[in-house]
Amino acid sequence: MSDAAHKAMWEALDLDIEAHDALLAVLGKFYGDIYMAQEGRLKGAEYLDFVLSEVHGLRIKELQDAKAAGKKIVGTFCVFVPEELTLAAGAVQVGLCAGAKAGTELAETLVPRNTCDLIKSFIGFKLARICPYTESCDLVVGETTCDGKKKAYEAFAELAPMHIMEVPQCKAPADRALFRAELVRYKEALEKLTGKAITAEALAEATRTVNAKRRALQRLSALRAADPAPISGRDALLVNQISFYDDPIRFTAKLNELCDEIEGRIAKGEGVAPAKTPRLLLAGCPMAVPNWKLPYLIESSGAVIVGEESCIGERNTRDLTDETPAGLEAMLDALCDRYMKIDCACFTPNDERLEHIAAMAQSLKADGVIHYGLLFCQPYAHEAMKVGKAMAAAGLPYLAIETDYGMEDAGQLKTRVEAFVETLA
Amino acid sequence: MTAYAGLDIGSRSIKLVVWQGGGVAASRRLPTTFDAVGQLRTLFAAGVPERLAVTGYGRELARELYPFARSVTEIKAHALGAGSLFPQAATLLDIGGQDTKAVSLLPGGRVGRFEMNDRCAAGTGKFLEYTATVFGLSVEDFGRLALTGDNPPTISSMCTVFAETEATTLIARGVSPANIALGLHKAVVSRTMAMLSRVGLAAPLAFVGGVARNPCMVRLLAEAADTPLLLPDEPDMTGALGAALWLRSVAP
Ligand code: SF4
Ligand code: SF4
Repeated sequence: MSDAAHKAMWEALDLDIEAHDALLAVLGKFYGDIYMAQEGRLKGAEYLDFVLSEVHGLRIKELQDAKAAGKKIVGTFCVFVPEELTLAAGAVQVGLCAGAKAGTELAETLVPRNTCDLIKSFIGFKLARICPYTESCDLVVGETTCDGKKKAYEAFAELAPMHIMEVPQCKAPADRALFRAELVRYKEALEKLTGKAITAEALAEATRTVNAKRRALQRLSALRAADPAPISGRDALLVNQISFYDDPIRFTAKLNELCDEIEGRIAKGEGVAPAKTPRLLLAGCPMAVPNWKLPYLIESSGAVIVGEESCIGERNTRDLTDETPAGLEAMLDALCDRYMKIDCACFTPNDERLEHIAAMAQSLKADGVIHYGLLFCQPYAHEAMKVGKAMAAAGLPYLAIETDYGMEDAGQLKTRVEAFVETLA
Repeated sequence: MTAYAGLDIGSRSIKLVVWQGGGVAASRRLPTTFDAVGQLRTLFAAGVPERLAVTGYGRELARELYPFARSVTEIKAHALGAGSLFPQAATLLDIGGQDTKAVSLLPGGRVGRFEMNDRCAAGTGKFLEYTATVFGLSVEDFGRLALTGDNPPTISSMCTVFAETEATTLIARGVSPANIALGLHKAVVSRTMAMLSRVGLAAPLAFVGGVARNPCMVRLLAEAADTPLLLPDEPDMTGALGAALWLRSVAP
């Protein structure tokens, strides 16, 4: 796409062109430093570079074309929103990223200052009019997960058309029944939005599409057990980040190609870092584009990241939806089963998460675990302590880090991460 | 005889220790100032050591100037330095200009668990330095003044800026400067004790870093930890010493 075509499209979306240009400039520089400078990168990573370079270009154009053809765009913030239903309704689902500090001052007029950066970021992006995804959405789906988010959605609802899904906080039968009812309510909201009823066939096909994407992502995770690590944690994170807004079918095909290449690399014993490089598992809050600060600091401290125990990572891909049931009701049951397995810190108790982390560390042969919590995120701050105890019991070195999107603490973080890596060597 | 130079670039001062033939052959310290590069040029006017390990918050900067140098974090460097001075030490506390670190030591000065303050200066040397200026005192005199206090108020704010406000309010209320100073020192110690307990404080405790020169901190800390402290003669040189020793072990 030409620059002029980009600009015309952004203007049509009523973006603040100047602020948006500034954002893209920062993003480009950041990407260059953190991604393009990597050594021994996979050839298939070119696709990632391309998608990212067109993140506000071609993909947005595709969304506009889809809209022109009568499709609806649904934006989400959480892995509890079932993409199966969105796709079955013939709509496009995009994750709204919120991984950069933007429009913070504006956001602080709508949410308290001590709110996590993820929330401030999605509000800031909206208020500053710099996110073409947000501006393309016909519906934004919020969910009652943490308090910060659910109250922020009240403010956000004044700015964008919203549907709120109630996500329970426990996993008893009554909670399941609640979530099952919420799936129906979301289905109805989609049907109202698109003017089309969701059929069992459409849902079956959508489930196959989403499962295929998850299987490809699972394949990538499993390959990362190899030593030397065949792909950097940064690139693997990017793959997961892109999975939230790329076209699912194309993405799955491209990711499988990337995995083929990785298999070839493993067969030759090649990797992005020498064998025996300390391997770390990253656990905690989701890292949305372009929140690459901590992965970059870790991987420039002599370690390699072998897994992301996060919503932009394993928590989103671990479980498949059962494809065997026939009939809408049974399929909705299967969806409910699948989503109620998510081990988000908003649940109580949430002990399965501790087991998952230990199991991941073992299967990926991690030498240690770094927990990442966003400043002001209560659920994950609490769990950081529990994870610490669980890791001590499992005999795994552990470092808990709390930070935000700012760069002021980069020096101190680097010292802590390096010192942690030194203790592993 | 091979010489191993350890360079520790902190926020306040630059420290150099040269280890040769089983002992410290030279040691120097100069302020970091706003021109660390210029200070390093002065330090190495007679030539840059052939074997050089850098640590401290300015280690990246030093690696740009001296690409052949090896870099090690100050956590490991301080642990090795303290471990060599006090092989019996089980826990290490380092309070420097802008960071506080608590480290549980394994045999040989190896690092077990560690804690470090995050971006905020609460509980670091900076906190004391900043609050000392409220009284127009140097950090050293501030510590001596605090020692004369007998009835310290509780300073509830650990934020450096708010603590200054709190101190100003206390002055206005007629609390004696000595007591306010003591209260501020106590606030740092209680913050530090929390960090130490998170790494599992075990005696003997070695106390290093520039703030270990502050007599009031030493006394309060020994009381709070309920153990005598292991104090180096030159507490701020431990990191540079550790870096030199580390270099000797990795690149003999
Ligand atoms: S951490 Fe919880 S609330 Fe946040 S995206 Fe994941 S599941 Fe949703
Ligand atoms: S990071 Fe924590 S506080 Fe922020 S939205 Fe997610 S769960 Fe809520």
